[in-house]
Amino acid sequence: MLEVHDLRSGYGEVQVLRGISLDVDSGEIVTVLGANGVGKTTLNNTLSGLIHPTSGSIRFDGASLVGTPPSAVVAAGLIHVPEGRKIFPNMSVRDNLELGSYRRAKARRSANLERAFAIFPRLRDRSRQLAGTLSGGEQQMLAIGRGLMAEPRLLILDEPSLGLSPLLVEEMFQLITRIASDGLAVMLVEQNVVQSLDIAHRAYVIENGMITIAGAAADLKSDRRLMETYLGL
Amino acid sequence: MLKLDILLSAVANGLMTGAVYALIALGLTLVYGVLHIINFANGAMLTTAMYGVLLAHSVAGIDPYVAVFFLTPLFFAFGYAIQRWVIGPASHGDDNNILLVTLGLAIILENALLAIFHSDTRSIDVPYGFSVIEVGTLLLSVPRLIAFAAALAVALLLALVLTGTDTGKAIRAVAKEKTGAMLAGIDVEHIYAVTFGIGAACLAIAACLLMPTFVVNPRTGNAFVLVAFTIVVLGGMGSIAGALVGGLIIGVVESLSGLAFGESLGQIGIFLLFIVVLLVRPTGLFGAKA
Ligand SMILES: Nc1ncnc2c1ncn2[C@@H]1O[C@H](COP(=O)(O)OP(=O)(O)O)[C@@H](O)[C@H]1O
Ligand SMILES: [Mg+2]
Repeated sequence: MLEVHDLRSGYGEVQVLRGISLDVDSGEIVTVLGANGVGKTTLNNTLSGLIHPTSGSIRFDGASLVGTPPSAVVAAGLIHVPEGRKIFPNMSVRDNLELGSYRRAKARRSANLERAFAIFPRLRDRSRQLAGTLSGGEQQMLAIGRGLMAEPRLLILDEPSLGLSPLLVEEMFQLITRIASDGLAVMLVEQNVVQSLDIAHRAYVIENGMITIAGAAADLKSDRRLMETYLGL
Repeated sequence: MLKLDILLSAVANGLMTGAVYALIALGLTLVYGVLHIINFANGAMLTTAMYGVLLAHSVAGIDPYVAVFFLTPLFFAFGYAIQRWVIGPASHGDDNNILLVTLGLAIILENALLAIFHSDTRSIDVPYGFSVIEVGTLLLSVPRLIAFAAALAVALLLALVLTGTDTGKAIRAVAKEKTGAMLAGIDVEHIYAVTFGIGAACLAIAACLLMPTFVVNPRTGNAFVLVAFTIVVLGGMGSIAGALVGGLIIGVVESLSGLAFGESLGQIGIFLLFIVVLLVRPTGLFGAKA
């Protein structure tokens, strides 16, 4: 579904991604792991069209996404739930969710709103509240809910567990499993290694802008040496 | 008793002018709130719209209240195009460039108006120009009452668009969280241009409401826009409610200080108030706390 080949990208003169190749198939949860600052968010921003790669290819459902503006990437069904949530703080929870279907799946907005509320009942309770007044965990749920409103074909989650209490982290990973259970492909970008490997089918590890390890999540989990060397556990 | 009547009529006149000020300020504050830029061509664009009303009336005999129905979409399109294909591409997100581009636009428009219409002050004659109606003991100018009602109606309509439509919500989303908006599939360049177009459309409506009672020369718009900037700061940069309330307050202050210091010094009150607000509450009445 998503095929990335030798992707190079960065900011101005600064090259952050130095040849990333990975793929995500339909129905998979693929986790992309790596320490702080290795380029995970840069990868997501490049895939979603916020920044343009200097070289390499991105194919989504067979079509190239290189040079495509974010609105067209969303229209294609690749939905990126960003690090730091980036919800609309001055608008109600409901308006935030509705804007998730601004570009895609607008015709099924009310049905999808019900679905989002079913997955995140707390958002229903707070649907009229300003999004900026939600707790961190609720804001994360809102950001994911907004992404789901577009009926993603592939959902990219950038550090959804960042800044959440341990209890909420647990809940968040369960929710991600649940969202993926009806066949939605998820690319889960995380620093939370153990829990990410627990729910993912496959995993990639980024170091210094390059993929250094790739394989089945179960294999990576049992590879103690790898965990020690690369993830400092 | 007579004193009170004069006072009341000054307040009423102030409210009526203030509503049109508010309409102009609404466009400025919306553009500032969403694009975070100040368009220095606002005054020249308002003047251009006023000459548009003048031309429509003198050449084709079209009443200003009819002209509003084609000048408004025309100015929306002009504003959209100029942001989308001139200001946006020329600015590269650099504020200095935006300043130069909008200033350049202002100079081009003003000089074009000077070349075509010369510096004479002009007005139009409409049959209802001096009509008044009696409200209690007050005599209110009909065209200014119409301007008041229309300006408030436009403000209400704008508020409804911003809160009740996808495009309006997208405008508010872009204003506060641009990256989030892009990732929701909102085309930010399009929304910027729509917002700029709305600002221009507000100027066109204001021009149609002003022309039955005001005169125009190639610099008229600047005087109005200067007052409107005061309102934007007074109401809080980017605040729609602030622009509306601020506009009404400024209208009344101007009218009352005109009464106190004489007609030609009416704007002294505005600038005194402006300075006081800057000292006491620099974020404006409705502005976010710093
Ligand atoms: N907007 C930016 N401009 C310049 N450099 C950036 C920008 N954002 C991130 N970087 C740099 O790019 C590198 C990778 O950052 P990022 O992709 O955010 O890493 P991660 O998400 O893995 O923590 C870091 O060195 C960071 O300082
Ligand atoms: Mg990151």
